[in-house]
Amino acid sequence: MEKWSRFNIASVVLGFGFLYLPIVLLVIFSFNESKLVTVWAGFSTKWYTQLWHNQGLLDAAWVTIRVGLLSATCATVLGTLAALALVRYSRFRGRVLFSGMVYAPLVMPEVITGLSLLLLFVAIGLDRGFWTITLAHITFTMCFVAVVVQSRLLSFDQSIEEAALDLGATPVRTFFAITLPVIAPAVFSGWVLAFTLSLDDLVISSFTTGPGATTLPMKIYSQVRLGVTPEINAICTILIGIVALGVIVASIVTKRREVQRERDERAAVAASG
Amino acid sequence: MAKLASALVGRLVIIVPYAWLLFFFLIPFFIVFRISLSETAIAMPPYTPVFDLAGGLAGILEKMREFSADNYVWLTEDVLYFNAYVSSLIIAAISTFLTLLIGFPIAYGMAKAPRSIRPTLLMLVILPFWTSFLIRVYAWIAILKPEGLLNQFLITFGVIDQPLIILNTNTAIYIGIVYSYLPFMVLPIYSALEKMDHSLIEAAQDLGCTPVSAFWRVTFPLSLPGVVAGCLLVFIPAVGEFVIPDLLGGSETLMIGKTLWNEFNANRDWPVSSAVATVLLLILVIPIVYFQNVQAKADGEGK
Repeated sequence: MEKWSRFNIASVVLGFGFLYLPIVLLVIFSFNESKLVTVWAGFSTKWYTQLWHNQGLLDAAWVTIRVGLLSATCATVLGTLAALALVRYSRFRGRVLFSGMVYAPLVMPEVITGLSLLLLFVAIGLDRGFWTITLAHITFTMCFVAVVVQSRLLSFDQSIEEAALDLGATPVRTFFAITLPVIAPAVFSGWVLAFTLSLDDLVISSFTTGPGATTLPMKIYSQVRLGVTPEINAICTILIGIVALGVIVASIVTKRREVQRERDERAAVAASG
Repeated sequence: MAKLASALVGRLVIIVPYAWLLFFFLIPFFIVFRISLSETAIAMPPYTPVFDLAGGLAGILEKMREFSADNYVWLTEDVLYFNAYVSSLIIAAISTFLTLLIGFPIAYGMAKAPRSIRPTLLMLVILPFWTSFLIRVYAWIAILKPEGLLNQFLITFGVIDQPLIILNTNTAIYIGIVYSYLPFMVLPIYSALEKMDHSLIEAAQDLGCTPVSAFWRVTFPLSLPGVVAGCLLVFIPAVGEFVIPDLLGGSETLMIGKTLWNEFNANRDWPVSSAVATVLLLILVIPIVYFQNVQAKADGEGK
């Protein structure tokens, strides 16, 4: 292996500095005493206490969390099914269209997705609000889940499944006993991804919302347009904290499972040998 | 009986997500197209449509029954729309190129890193992607403002005496896009480079290649699938980007995502915004189909 040259180290360090510096600055200035977000005037947590008295913000946060939990769960089921369909069924009528519909939303500009879903909801006469946002989020996040789960399914040894089927297990039983436990980490990280994407979405939510359903990004956006305030920095810091925690928990769970699996495999090899 | 049931379950695995995507992803585009052909409801007297797609659709659609290409004619007559499309494509292309310039060395450095720390580096690239897009764009406002952190820093160290005007210019948009989409560029390039067989470089050098020419003749061509995927992942969404030009760009910045948003939210003109969306989709259909092929091929190789 070639050594890790100075140039390589420098580009990684600078790149990561570029990625993290703005976020770090934002977090630091959320603890600023002064109302000015760019001049440091001492440590304070007053902006966080103020958040607790902002009822509009708390309501928006509650809507966002409910939409996120519900849409991420539905998107995980649908996305996992889509991944199974793509990997396990190499041939069915309309497969090209299907895989197109799974990949296209990954790059589709949000304004198009948002507008088209809104027009659909109007066309079928659905009242806009909590449920329309949730349906919209399920639709665009399920494709991300599908891609994550699909990549796990592709590296999966199918012969174990075939063995289970040969031994007389039904496909459904095989799925729950063999396939799901193996792909579970990917399904879980798919869920976390869907949840954070839903938490984060501004454009699609704005198009598909109705009266009474304001999500946190919509609230943040309307305040950001009026200018930068330490209060927004404080909300953002809390959101970053939640996401960072979620990702760390997810990676620990994945890691544990991998270690467990390796141990099981070694035990199986030792037992058969 | 059991066999029948399991066959049915097998079908359902395909049918459920298929039906969902058809209904919530594909059909809406036809509705957008349909409405783009109708007149703004209040302005024009209704007349018989050429043909009727919307059999049972009630409400606003009823009022928008008439077909016409007027909205498209409107798009071509008003130079604003044409300029917005062109400048979106140019801004997206420049940003994609800049993202590649910055992202490639990062991916290359990561792929060269000791194997033990690679998972951590990978995690660190993905992490910002999980934090809110809106928050990451917002963070740059405080940095780029005339009295912001960057100018304070540069003035304190005597690099400049007058604050640089960056916020509300196209430069700010480039920074915003590069920053927000950087992980999308780094990840595919990294995974292409990581799979590369290092003995190829050694062979090239044994045969007399300098390190630089070995890079251009061996490493770079082998990383091309990752480069292509990364560029498409940045370029396509960037063309229709709304949040970045709205928050970081100035009033003179024209981008089609922002135009569509304003047409829809400020002017409440649904048919024209549908026409804007249809044209945008037509422009992007070639890169999107190309992206699907790249993606499908990559998945095929994984088998």
